[in-house]
Amino acid sequence: MTAIPLQPPRRLIEFTLDGQETRVPEGSTLLDACRAAGKDIPTLCEGDTLTPKNACRVCVVEVEGARTLAPACSRRAEAGMDVRTDTERARHSRKIVLELLASSTDLSTTPRAAEWLKEYDAKPARFGPDAARLNEEPKIDNDLYVRDYDKCIQCYKCVDACGEQWQNSFAISVAGRGFDARISTEHDTPLTDSACVYCGNCIEVCPTGALSFKSEFDMREAGTWNEPAQTETTTICAYCGVGCNLTLHVQDNEIVKVTSPHDNPVTHGNLCIKGRFGYQHVQQH
Amino acid sequence: MDLHFGDSKPTGEERAAVDALLGPPASAWEGADDRTDTDLRWARGGREARARRDLLLPGLHAVNDRVGWISEGALDYLCRRLTVPPAEAYGVATFYAMFAVKPRPAKVLHVCTDLACAAHGSQALCASLEERLGAAGAPVAGAVWQPSPCLGLCERAPAALLVQAGAAEGAEATEPPSRPYATAVIAPATAEALVLATAAPEEAPAEPGAAMAVPQAGQPGLTLLGRVGVVDPYSLDDYRAHGGYAALRRAFDIGAAGVIREVTDAGLVGRGGAAFPTGRKWQATASQPAHPHYLVCNADESEPGTFKDRVVMEGDPYSLIESMTIAGYAVGAHHGYLYLRGEYPRALRLLQNAIDRARARGLLGDDILGQGYAFDIEIRRGAGAYICGEETALFNSIEGYRGEPRSKPPFPVEQGLFGKPTAENNVETLINVLPILTGGAQAYAAIGTAQSTGPKLFCVSGNVSRPGIYELPFGATLGELLDLAGTPGEVRAILLGGAAGGFVRPDERDIPLTFEGTRAAGTTLGSGVVLVMDDTVQLPRMLLRIAEFFRDESCGQCVPCRVGTVRQEEALHRIQDRTGAEAAGDIALLREVGRAMKDASICGLGQTAWSAVESAIDRLDVFESRGAK
Repeated sequence: MTAIPLQPPRRLIEFTLDGQETRVPEGSTLLDACRAAGKDIPTLCEGDTLTPKNACRVCVVEVEGARTLAPACSRRAEAGMDVRTDTERARHSRKIVLELLASSTDLSTTPRAAEWLKEYDAKPARFGPDAARLNEEPKIDNDLYVRDYDKCIQCYKCVDACGEQWQNSFAISVAGRGFDARISTEHDTPLTDSACVYCGNCIEVCPTGALSFKSEFDMREAGTWNEPAQTETTTICAYCGVGCNLTLHVQDNEIVKVTSPHDNPVTHGNLCIKGRFGYQHVQQH
Repeated sequence: MDLHFGDSKPTGEERAAVDALLGPPASAWEGADDRTDTDLRWARGGREARARRDLLLPGLHAVNDRVGWISEGALDYLCRRLTVPPAEAYGVATFYAMFAVKPRPAKVLHVCTDLACAAHGSQALCASLEERLGAAGAPVAGAVWQPSPCLGLCERAPAALLVQAGAAEGAEATEPPSRPYATAVIAPATAEALVLATAAPEEAPAEPGAAMAVPQAGQPGLTLLGRVGVVDPYSLDDYRAHGGYAALRRAFDIGAAGVIREVTDAGLVGRGGAAFPTGRKWQATASQPAHPHYLVCNADESEPGTFKDRVVMEGDPYSLIESMTIAGYAVGAHHGYLYLRGEYPRALRLLQNAIDRARARGLLGDDILGQGYAFDIEIRRGAGAYICGEETALFNSIEGYRGEPRSKPPFPVEQGLFGKPTAENNVETLINVLPILTGGAQAYAAIGTAQSTGPKLFCVSGNVSRPGIYELPFGATLGELLDLAGTPGEVRAILLGGAAGGFVRPDERDIPLTFEGTRAAGTTLGSGVVLVMDDTVQLPRMLLRIAEFFRDESCGQCVPCRVGTVRQEEALHRIQDRTGAEAAGDIALLREVGRAMKDASICGLGQTAWSAVESAIDRLDVFESRGAK
């Protein structure tokens, strides 16, 4: 059975999107409106299960009369707004944001990054060979997952998922300031000494692959990670009575990682340590 | 919330510092050593404990002031006391430049290397310090020195601030006894004076009075600075004898709506830089149905070259307390926060004294002047973060979170401090309310121009004969101000509005110093900074200093600012000694990055991080790139 949560009826807001009269339910973001209209706006810090921090600024659009560009992921549609998504000004900012990220961060496992860099004609190399990079080594301090902050764009999603938006563990926070800011436990202690409960809900929301299963990290290192060859099977977690959905990612008849469907109305992609990491018993031959 | 703590324990001194602020812990749940039977049956915590989150920043200050740095044990203990996750508290502690989470000596010497001090030889001063005290950041003989952004002492450049961690006066004694907490401002600084002060901070010569920073002090006709140097800043009686608290009486006579009407009719706009109409802000706050309402005074003056608020707070502190009371009354607030820059120890002492005395006399408290209006003011100290002068970052800082700006909308008048309707005003804006109420809106509006009414404070520094704060009616020209201050050298450039402002040429003396006049001239008045640079100053170095400043002060939240300020600094490094075609490529790059920072950053810091550099390229042609385009 699929539960379809019924929402109270919402008023429709009328505004102009790229010259077209558009109607969206009250409370919709400009990004919601763009997606409903079939427009593909790049996003990184936005996620379907979280309220975005609108920190990456890659989704900026132009709102007529506003001094600055607006992040589509967070700005709500207002009646009478005139929004343009594809102006030279908006595209310029997106291009620079992509260049700034790609020149400082390893985007090799960020889905669609290569495609966007091409689409916006971004050339991160133009900042020169000496352009400062994050230069972080992967943090491997437990058997379950790896934090490779060289790939981190500081989108705050893991912090929000660990903290007040989902897990309430508050094991990680942003520490430091500016370019030196990093996602960190208190005093940068290993995860094993922190408040982490290994739910892995941070991995679920990470948009760049900075957080990954140890199994995935090891296979990528060994060159055996082969996503096209993997199957995904959604099943029900066998551990307790909640009935969370698990999506098993299987390669060569081995479970290589576990995710959870974000549209599940109960769990919204969240799991606990057992559902996320406790699959080894399935594979005891 | 199930908090997880490590095994580190606070030292006796750290515990004493936290307990001095929060009182002794009521149970083992809040960090008491001995667990009682009651503790085992009854868990304390929850909403009530978490509601004290805003004491995190004062708690960090308490530890840092007492010990000089914040250890794992101290942070854990503070977190237990306040029910704050240690990771979050660590994120907050590492946000502020004045805190350290690694051991460091008790004595920290902050040497300003920002614009005004750079124009007065801070580079040579640092070189000399390196010889005597070792490299910056390297502890020597119980002290460490480090370069600092603008300390707001520009009229006495080059400046330094020494902070010696230790026990505050009257603090509970610990074993072994702590050294006393002490601060010393050394300006103008020589290497000898800094070495001497570092050896014995308590014996450093006293600072000159605030009037030293006001070349016009004592002159008739001053509205905002009239009491600076005239009254004893400690004395409430002296303040009242010089017209103090007449404005508050008038406010009670005409009522809250009357105050807002007067302020609106007077045409007062914000002096922090954004020039938003104050009356409109107050009206919007006052009319919000949600309660309580808050009043916040933004005294986190950190724009390089700005020191007007400090001079007002040090020279006439009661005027700010009275203004805040009036503003609180107008917007329907009963609690006011005064967010003061962490680098202003003397202003802190004077304001705390003023608040205590005003409270003792019934000018703050439950029933002000017997009018049935309750209002009190709490000072919150910043800890070295320029970004906290951004209005919403300031809210986060007070609330005990990282000082990162929030997205707007919602605006502070709807959801500000603690999510409640909040009016936030700069110090200078607030004290303008006094002449509006005592002299009437009409008389006030007659000063200045039609669009920029009233008097304005200007912070003049750099290569001038008489640096300091000048009060002029809006509409005076740049040239008139420069003539007052005296420019002995060959002026090469004038920076208006600070690091977030823009450069103008010496031949632009006719620019009227009004919001509309500077806007029409394609520049900005900002916070009133007028920083003069003569031909002894290397402009590319100044631009690099501005770029370093923004890189250091970016909170790191949004990509355009976090990485853009780094790329800006790198490009300016590359073209330090290049001009013309050799610089053209990097200037094009700077333009592209600058445009994205301006368009796509979350807050004003990123949006203005490129404006001074842009103006230096376009108006001053610093890199002689115009012909090369």
